[in-house]
Amino acid sequence: MSGVETALLAATVESGTGARRRRWLRRYGLAALGGVVIAIWAIAAILAPWIAPYPPDVVNVAGRLLPPSDLHWLGTDVLGRDVFTRVLYGARTSLAVGFIVVLLGALFGTLLGAIAAYIRGWAEEALMRATDLVFCFPPIILAMAIAAALGIGTRNTVIAMLVVWWPKFARLARSLVIGQRSAEYVAAAQAIGFGPSHILFRQIIPNAVGPLVVLVTLDLGNAILVFAGLSFLGLGVVPPTAEWGSMVSEGRELVNQWWVATFPGLAILSVVIGFNFVGDGIRDWLDPHARRR
Amino acid sequence: MLRYLASRLCIAVLMVLLATLVIFLIANMVPGDPVLTQLGDIAANNPDMVAAFRHRWGLDLPLWDRYWIFLTGLFHGDLGISIGSQRPVLEDIAQYAPATVELSTIAFLLALIVGLPLGVVAAMKRDTWIDHLARSISLVGVSAPTFWLAFVMLAVFYGALEWAPGPGQISASTFPPPTITGIMLIDAPLAGDWDTFWDAAAHLVLPSIVLAASTLGLITRTTRAAMLEALSQDYIRVARAKGLVRRSIMLGHALPNALLPVVTLGGLAYAQLLTGTVLTESIFSWPGLGRYTFQSAVRLDFPAIMGITLVVAAIYVLVNLLVDLSYAALDPRVSRR
Amino acid sequence: MHDAAEPILRVENLHTWFFTDGGVVRAVDGVSFTLHPGETLGIVGESGSGKSVTAKSIIRLLDEPARIVEGTISFRGRDMVHLSDEALREIRGAEIAMVFQDPMTSLNPVLRIGRQLVETMTAHRRFGAKAARERGVTLLRRMGMATPERAMNGWPHRFSGGMRQRVMLAMGFANEPTLLIADEPTTALDVTIQAQILDLLRELNADLGTAVILISHDLGVIADVCSRVLVMYAGEVVEEGAPEDLLSDPRHPYTWALLHAAPRLDQANDGDRRLTTIEGQPPDARDWPAGCRFRARCPFAVAKCVEHPDLLPIGEDRAARCWVTQDGATLRPPTHARAVGEARTATGVQPLLEVRALAKHFELPRDSFLEPHRILRAVDGVDFDVFPGETVGLVGESGCGKSTLARVVMRLTEPTEGRIVFDGQDITHMSQAAIRPLRRRMQMIFQDPYGSLNPRMMVGEILSGPLRLHGLVPAGGARERVRELLDLVGLPPAAAARFPHEFSGGQRQRISIARALAVEPGFIIGDEPISALDVNIQAQIINLMIGLQERLGLTYLFIAHDLAVVRHISDRIVVLYLGRVVETAPSQELFARPLHPYTNSLISAVPVPDPHLARRRRRIALQGEVPNAVDPPSGCRFRTRCPAAATRCAEETPSLTQAAPGHFVACHFPGSVTVV
Repeated sequence: MSGVETALLAATVESGTGARRRRWLRRYGLAALGGVVIAIWAIAAILAPWIAPYPPDVVNVAGRLLPPSDLHWLGTDVLGRDVFTRVLYGARTSLAVGFIVVLLGALFGTLLGAIAAYIRGWAEEALMRATDLVFCFPPIILAMAIAAALGIGTRNTVIAMLVVWWPKFARLARSLVIGQRSAEYVAAAQAIGFGPSHILFRQIIPNAVGPLVVLVTLDLGNAILVFAGLSFLGLGVVPPTAEWGSMVSEGRELVNQWWVATFPGLAILSVVIGFNFVGDGIRDWLDPHARRR
Repeated sequence: MLRYLASRLCIAVLMVLLATLVIFLIANMVPGDPVLTQLGDIAANNPDMVAAFRHRWGLDLPLWDRYWIFLTGLFHGDLGISIGSQRPVLEDIAQYAPATVELSTIAFLLALIVGLPLGVVAAMKRDTWIDHLARSISLVGVSAPTFWLAFVMLAVFYGALEWAPGPGQISASTFPPPTITGIMLIDAPLAGDWDTFWDAAAHLVLPSIVLAASTLGLITRTTRAAMLEALSQDYIRVARAKGLVRRSIMLGHALPNALLPVVTLGGLAYAQLLTGTVLTESIFSWPGLGRYTFQSAVRLDFPAIMGITLVVAAIYVLVNLLVDLSYAALDPRVSRR
Repeated sequence: MHDAAEPILRVENLHTWFFTDGGVVRAVDGVSFTLHPGETLGIVGESGSGKSVTAKSIIRLLDEPARIVEGTISFRGRDMVHLSDEALREIRGAEIAMVFQDPMTSLNPVLRIGRQLVETMTAHRRFGAKAARERGVTLLRRMGMATPERAMNGWPHRFSGGMRQRVMLAMGFANEPTLLIADEPTTALDVTIQAQILDLLRELNADLGTAVILISHDLGVIADVCSRVLVMYAGEVVEEGAPEDLLSDPRHPYTWALLHAAPRLDQANDGDRRLTTIEGQPPDARDWPAGCRFRARCPFAVAKCVEHPDLLPIGEDRAARCWVTQDGATLRPPTHARAVGEARTATGVQPLLEVRALAKHFELPRDSFLEPHRILRAVDGVDFDVFPGETVGLVGESGCGKSTLARVVMRLTEPTEGRIVFDGQDITHMSQAAIRPLRRRMQMIFQDPYGSLNPRMMVGEILSGPLRLHGLVPAGGARERVRELLDLVGLPPAAAARFPHEFSGGQRQRISIARALAVEPGFIIGDEPISALDVNIQAQIINLMIGLQERLGLTYLFIAHDLAVVRHISDRIVVLYLGRVVETAPSQELFARPLHPYTNSLISAVPVPDPHLARRRRRIALQGEVPNAVDPPSGCRFRTRCPAAATRCAEETPSLTQAAPGHFVACHFPGSVTVV
């Protein structure tokens, strides 16, 4: 058999459905896994009141700190509350806060960054300095100051996080718009006579959405981490609300009752990894470079 | 070059001042009141005591006067008195800063020494087991919550295995060395006290690993991506066409280009480590700035918050400046005339 | 012609395929040739013909998913296909060197020139570090660098494209290789710099006896350098022979088409401005057609062409893959219908566009706010007119400001100084809202077929947007008008429902033209509309533009760097250099009697696909490169490169003065340097 025939045969095999499925799995398998993990948590969050075996905040001192068993799959905490139930309820807070902070931050930041980049001049300069300024404070410090000043509570923590959250989107949107601004289709639209708002919102932004979506996805995990950290410090949710960060905090001293802190932590880890997988998958899918391989 | 440096420094100082102004406004224009947090419920109901407290801390002055007092104090090297500790803020910061610098510097070095080679090797051996390992490490590093990781580490290595010492900077039975720099790993050998040195070093292991985890993940990920990006460039194909050996293509041609984004990230990461130790310090009972920040924030201790903001902003601005300068050194395209 | 010496390279039945997800791309599909010591072999073909992959296969510089699936490559007795990586590495750069297309990205930006040059030599242990350095200096001097010692310590970004390509050539010749492969080495360069590099390549081949494989899409470049030519089409060699034979009497219809599709500087058009083109697109490399792969586009096809022809000898030292010429038949030259060559330039009427003393200066970003702004004078005092119904060509090399000029005239950027009058209305400082109605009357076609169409919009939306904006169609009537527009540019109605990425470069340029025509303008600016296209597609687009001009009575301002194209379609030509007009004249007059030394050198630098003529032609070698527009030379801006420069040129700026009716030149010594 000649080399050409061998190669063709190999190519036929390679293009078979089985091989195609393997290739797809190699490329997007992790992203699919991440998507499944997030879907499970989302369903758990929505259906928590119906699927949780116990009420989330009924104290039962007699049944406190029970190890995992048939009755309490993940054990019980200091106040005898079922850890599995509270982990399910915790998903509601974490996912909701993550989505609210990132989506609002992305919306606000993108608009600001895109408009500034399109106007250029002083607006762009002012925006860049403002983002520099926010970057000067690590998110946790500013959020702490704001949470402490406004009072502790989920709503105030979300506000605090939003203050530090928008600049990264503003910067990304700015650089994306700058990248697109010099593309010839923009000049063409100008030459046709389209106005600036049509060009920015109808022509440029649709072309900049991809990287923004990647950042939003990767950042959801990040926001959940920061919120859990603030809750851990006592600056997030108000007890007895179930929240993963504060649950870890409640179990931090209980080295022998490891289940109290371990499971909420694993919950955070799985969600964040899930968002990372999905974000990486979207990035690969958008990147023609990686896609070819 | 000098002109460039001068203008950058001017902007840097302005940015720092602006940062303190922003924090000042946030702290003063929101409804929180330090009177309540400091005086307690009973005293807060006594109008005389409240007025005295307000007067004592200048809270009865108009907003701008108070910022002006802060500024003039600042130019005299005075950051005011902390409401919480009743000591000068500068003294507090000087006392807590060394422990934080020690912890975050060790964590940063750890992240760099492990993360950089790991990222390079992962890119060189793309899609092999070592690449998968590097990617898994970096994924867990960036995804695991710091406080939870700290709990797990303490539970396993201190609680269960008893390999590592518990929280704190040194054991209760060890006397701290006389303070020279405030950094245990330097002060102990200076005092000739090697037992303390090893004790302090042992206490650093767990917190620095915990603190380094997410930075390590970021550095590995960025290095790998930057290497792959560099390897896809035309000049790499030219280097192959020249007949260079693989090693010199990787380390001589790709790496110098891949380092550029890593420098930016590294600088930012170090600044974040220096200022983001709150969680780690509070779990490991580490007597550093992070815990001080947390306490000041909870108590609405304005002078302390202002002082910390100043330090944090200064660190950021300085690190940014250093990153830009090292960029100019590494990348001839941005070096100035 | 082939002497008794053994060939150094023998490629036989080479197949290099790309195993992509979308299928097997058979980029190189059965290529054979030999190369003798010191020979210069040209490989010509359009993009996707497999010429570049053939070259890379020789030193196996192929990346996944490319694989050599069959064939042998024997280089001085060694089997290159099965050589170990280490043995291959020892050959690369030492015995076979390669120079690539884009000098801007070929040098590592963070390493000094010297280091990159020296390592080429030390990697093969033929020189120690010190000897290599000394040799590096010698090489750079040989390549025409004025200060080689300084260049050794320089960083790549400080050097222009031409200089970098000299550095790449120095690397190529550093180890005195037996073979140098140059893959489109001058495509990214301006025509005067291209001439310098080709001269250098020819000299080095003659002096050092290095064999050269030169890959190019430009028959003129090949004719200039090579002693033998391979023409590639659809992964195969379709014709092989000496350029003298091949270019005067092509025996494969594809060669014939390549030769006649490009307008030529050495042949005046006789009134008929249409070019000879072949229809359609090259076939899909994943599914080559059975039989002759050129059959679908071939104007000479016969019944036998359903069988796949072999590359067979057709006379001494030449071969062709064609049934038609197999028995010695020749391909008749295309017949031009001699149209009446009426001058379209109207005299005595008001110009449609008047540009006076127009300038566009850009402020460059500063390092610090303590420094003054530096000003880039992209366009610096330009005057010209465009009369209704004519085509004005605007030529110049990169950096001359031609694209900026187009954008300022279109009012896409604000002019700094001067005046723009369109059809009697001063539009220099008109607000964007006030100018919107005028946008219906002047439109623009852009250079980049990939960047000028919004990738997120369907073609239908792209074309109906302008209609709706200007209220040109009643509600619901857009669809019909879009269909008309597509038909006007030769695209099927179904194109409306597809996205730009589903089209080839030439088709996209048609869409771009349709978009410009949507608002029924009378005046169209074409900013290098064909520069990014292959020769045949260029010809198709030129013909389309000419046809539209005749049908719709359009006026064109046509911007290009290709003199032959500009000459072909323009009635009058404006030559720009560094932001200023140096000469303007009716097209025939400018080429018959070029007066400015710059015009003369531009004309002389264009390679012509005729080896006899190429060897006879005088070439005016320009020194150096275009100066920086931030700090242009005093007086005449061309004086730093001008062979006729005198002291007066530095002191006094020459103004544009009339030398003959309609012929203006800005030179103190017009006509002193001449090629014609």
